[in-house]
Amino acid sequence: MTNKISRRAFLKGSITVAGSVAASATGVSAATALTKEKKEPLATLIDISKCIGCEECVYACQESNADKYPNPEKPYPEMFPKRVPVEDWSQKRDVTDRLTPYNWLYIQHATAKVDGEEIELTIPRRCMHCDNPPCVKLCPWGSAKQEDNGLSRIDSDLCLGGSKCKTVCPWDIPQRQTGTGLYLKLLPALAGNGVMYKCDRCYNLLEKGEVPACIESCPEDVQTIGPRSEILAKAHALAKEMNGYIYGEHENGGTNTIYVSPVPFDELNNNIEKRDGQAHFEKVENKMASGNNIAKAMLIAPLAGIAAAAGKFYKAAKEDE
Amino acid sequence: MKKMNIQSYIYGITLFFITLSGFAQMPIFKRYYIADIPGLGWLANFYITHLMHYIFAGIFISLVVYSIIYFIIFKKGFGQIAKDMIIRIIIFSGLILTGSLLVIKNFSGTPFPNGMIIMLNLLHLLFCMALMIFGFYQLIKRKKELLSG
Ligand code: SF4
Ligand code: SF4
Ligand code: SF4
Repeated sequence: MTNKISRRAFLKGSITVAGSVAASATGVSAATALTKEKKEPLATLIDISKCIGCEECVYACQESNADKYPNPEKPYPEMFPKRVPVEDWSQKRDVTDRLTPYNWLYIQHATAKVDGEEIELTIPRRCMHCDNPPCVKLCPWGSAKQEDNGLSRIDSDLCLGGSKCKTVCPWDIPQRQTGTGLYLKLLPALAGNGVMYKCDRCYNLLEKGEVPACIESCPEDVQTIGPRSEILAKAHALAKEMNGYIYGEHENGGTNTIYVSPVPFDELNNNIEKRDGQAHFEKVENKMASGNNIAKAMLIAPLAGIAAAAGKFYKAAKEDE
Repeated sequence: MKKMNIQSYIYGITLFFITLSGFAQMPIFKRYYIADIPGLGWLANFYITHLMHYIFAGIFISLVVYSIIYFIIFKKGFGQIAKDMIIRIIIFSGLILTGSLLVIKNFSGTPFPNGMIIMLNLLHLLFCMALMIFGFYQLIKRKKELLSG
């Protein structure tokens, strides 16, 4: 069995009963079964110790998603005020050492000591696909969306490029291309600035029951995809086996990307490049939690109104006496 | 002229901050230098303005519930005010309903289809615009009434 087949089999096997694998040639029913019936999000496990940094996944991602990339036409409309940045990656499509609108996955490098020996680690980085993604939930237009299977993506037909999703993303993932998208048809000088792009977890392939391109292309089987509970169980077993560490299980309230590393993540975080377009490995609190806690507390708002009115009524009744 | 009571002040302040924090949900205050004004930097922090919007929404809902009960109990002057009041009730209900659904949407999970979320966002903004236009109209009307004695 080749790697390719075993990965497909894993996806199918993890989402439907084993017996249906033979019957379901393409796995379409498998993916549908997961999203429609179980509604458990899909997550990916990334075993950092296996990655050799060959960038096969990076190029597979570019190839597979090429028709989703923007083709902006110059000159771009003047934007007001002058401080609004023109972000143009259309001439730098071959950049692979960071996230760009044309590169949704890159390989991060870190050196670390394991058992006294210095090793180099390479780490695939892209959108974490948060359980409750601020990029989606706080988008003022609903241009970013989350699907039932846990993936989040930005609709390039609706995005206005205000970059709020990047500002609220704990890892600054989405990247902007100016000169493309809906804002050109509205008030290009005054509002909007292009379209934001990021990993959409190959939603179009998942819909067909196929695995994302970066997973399919990896010669080392670094990534595994499956229902989140199964992926977490695997991640914990793997971490135990290698005496390693986990990232993504609790970050930002939980994500659908689980990294397992032989080196502590704060050590990795100190060793990686962290310029714009490059993600960190810091601890991340649940960004949506404060708002949601206040929302729960807000349930008493009508009661407060009733209490105040009752007070007023009582006072008036007393004055009448 | 009717005396401004404490309740009107709280209404005014709440509506001001709820609108400000609501507009801050769009990435415009940084672009247009407003967040550069000393003391207003927080307007560019989406998490702070999000919390503010929620808190003032809570106060707003309390005030609306209070006003409804107050009106039912003390039943003050129908007639002339009634028309304005109906408009106000429609706008407030629209804002509270769409707002509440958007709050539910912000919990973990995907309770609503994306098309509905887009509609809710647009409707919430539309009701807000309607409230601003209506408030402006009422202000002019009151000024005119004052001038004509
Ligand atoms: S293809 Fe696999 S081994 Fe190569 S860089 Fe990507 S994740 Fe690492
Ligand atoms: S990592 Fe950032 S872009 Fe990805 S889902 Fe989370 S908030 Fe959104
Ligand atoms: S899941 Fe798809 S879009 Fe995301 S990094 Fe992998 S190949 Fe690229």
